[in-house]
Amino acid sequence: MKNRVFSAKAASAPYVVWSVLFVIAPLVFVAYYAFTGSDGGFTLVNISKFFSAYFDTFIRSLWYGVLSTIICLIIAYPFAYWLAHSGASVQRTCVMLVMLPMWMNFLIRTYAWMNILQDTGIINAALSKLGFDTVHMINTGGAVIFGMVYNFLPYMILPLYSIMTKIDPSMLDAASDLGCSKLQSIIKVVLPQSVPGIVSGITMVFVPSVSTFYISQKLGGGSFDLIGDVIERQFTLSYNYNLGAALSLVLMVLILVSMFFMRRFSDADSDGEVLM
Amino acid sequence: MKQSFAGTAPDNARSEPVYVSGRPSVTRFLLSAGVLLLLTAVCSCSAAAATDEEIEALRGTTLYVYNWGEYISDGSDGTMDVNAEFEKKYGIKVVYDTFDNNEVMYAKLKGGGISYDVVFPSDYMIGRMINEDLLEELDFGNIPNYKYIDERYRGLAYDPENRYSVPYNVGMVGLIYNTKAVTEPPTSWKLMWNSDYAGKIVMFNNPRDAFAIAQSILDIDFNTLEEEEWRAAADLLCHQKQVLQSYVNDEIFDKMESGEAVIGAYYAGDYLLMYENNEDLAFVYPDEGVNVFVDAACVLKGTRNKLAAELYINFLQEPDVALANAEYICYASPNVLVINDEDYEYYQNEILYPDEEHTPKTEIFLRLPDNINTLMNSLWEDVKNYDAGLGGADAEDGGAPQAKSKDVIKSYAGLASVALIGTAAGVGAYVRRRKRERSW
Repeated sequence: MKNRVFSAKAASAPYVVWSVLFVIAPLVFVAYYAFTGSDGGFTLVNISKFFSAYFDTFIRSLWYGVLSTIICLIIAYPFAYWLAHSGASVQRTCVMLVMLPMWMNFLIRTYAWMNILQDTGIINAALSKLGFDTVHMINTGGAVIFGMVYNFLPYMILPLYSIMTKIDPSMLDAASDLGCSKLQSIIKVVLPQSVPGIVSGITMVFVPSVSTFYISQKLGGGSFDLIGDVIERQFTLSYNYNLGAALSLVLMVLILVSMFFMRRFSDADSDGEVLM
Repeated sequence: MKQSFAGTAPDNARSEPVYVSGRPSVTRFLLSAGVLLLLTAVCSCSAAAATDEEIEALRGTTLYVYNWGEYISDGSDGTMDVNAEFEKKYGIKVVYDTFDNNEVMYAKLKGGGISYDVVFPSDYMIGRMINEDLLEELDFGNIPNYKYIDERYRGLAYDPENRYSVPYNVGMVGLIYNTKAVTEPPTSWKLMWNSDYAGKIVMFNNPRDAFAIAQSILDIDFNTLEEEEWRAAADLLCHQKQVLQSYVNDEIFDKMESGEAVIGAYYAGDYLLMYENNEDLAFVYPDEGVNVFVDAACVLKGTRNKLAAELYINFLQEPDVALANAEYICYASPNVLVINDEDYEYYQNEILYPDEEHTPKTEIFLRLPDNINTLMNSLWEDVKNYDAGLGGADAEDGGAPQAKSKDVIKSYAGLASVALIGTAAGVGAYVRRRKRERSW
């Protein structure tokens, strides 16, 4: 018995070492930098800047993150439901298609969208060929949200799909036997059971959306900041690690708090497992 | 043959290379060579060059080099592979990494945990690194090829006594425009504020270069210590946002080549590359003056292979190596043998090497004191987030649009929080109801 415990521990050791080195230790550094000034002394100035100088930027990021998460959910939910009830070969193909873009680097995909959306890009060239007016898309907030939805949609689809395939189809049969319409059975049977998938999908889309910087720089034209841009700039341009760490820390805490509340809802349904 | 520089629109002048004659290059070369010989003599007195045995002993060692991306001839398309040639000659292995800009390089070096031997900062960053004691003094006895460096690029203010750096590439910033859209050859940076081209203008996405353009227009020193002058330049940059398409780095290649943007500011050498892909593009050094930059090779404090580093820096100025690099990188070379080599692809190229008459007013970037640097970065954030009311019409004065954007953001915030709380409450209520139903 003792031996088994020991070998289990030994097997997990590589990951434990990994996470201590690359997750825990960096977090300690972030916290240390966040509460110190450039002279190394304790200060709360940098933390407070989040709520003064950068609060508007944060609200904008939050808004963009919420919007792109809601759009992802609206697109992904029906698709995931349809997919989970399709034939095996359709499922295989579609899951493959969802994942396919992820084989290409995220930066390259976003850069490509910059060329597709611009005034002289493919879409506008096609529009003007067909005799329509061109539509200005690039360098707008809409383009940024589009970029977020495009890049993070798979992270919404996959957890929803995987939770929906686990829903026992006999439950749907039972619902219709008991007189539920199709819509009613979706609302009363599928939706409650898919809450854990929704929660993990929201988490996986909202967190990267709210903290992204590359998408806003390339598709937004760099003429407004998201909080990720501000943080990035502290490390790459201003060399103000303390402020960058403080902003990251506050952002992290706010996200954690909101995740905690989200989890409360999904934990209420203890059958589901949260995919992370 | 000599025509106004601003008038060198692609279709007349650029279809055939224009060689501006009468450059007093030979005499100047001899003169500078003389000065150089003297200088090197002085240098070599203080430190004798390394002996062959010392150099031989370096075989099998490793040299860590940190340079800009795409900034060395790498053997592609039949060019010289400079690092491989160095390895072959000295038996010293070169580990080569690249960076995007001075700030990233600086942050990485300051972050610690890595050690390079040779780095290539630009002028103002060299000043900063000298000031912070990050650079090692060079032993010019081991860098005899320093004698080839044009005297114009010696003793510059960032390293006044030439103790820490050997120029690698030099260049100037200029105005790039598409002749299909801009038919009158421009002479002023003010073109970048012209509302006739609204939405077709791209601007530097880094504060130092962006501010320099505004400072040129306002006739302010690039290295000014007056806070008010920095604020004035920032105001000008805010006003530019009404006509600006976007802030760009290397995306400018795509934007200008495709015609998405028709006016932009960038480095002269890069314009030559853009021109290869779109012959409608033209280039001009505006009358108000431009920034001249020097990227130079330096050795970092704490290097474990100083002699190899100096051999490498010296190797880069070997005539054939410097020529290969100059042709690959397309930036102007500080090496007089390259400049005066008639077989050089850009020999007397009027953009890289304008003659005296067409050389614009130039100014170099120097290290800014910390308080000014912080001010510049924070003004830059204000500029980036300034809402010029892209509709154009309602952006009458500075105050109104900003107030408007605040209101918009506030209402967004309200909406967002209502949406969040609403969703949360909805889901919560629903789940609780389900639970109750189930427990029945």
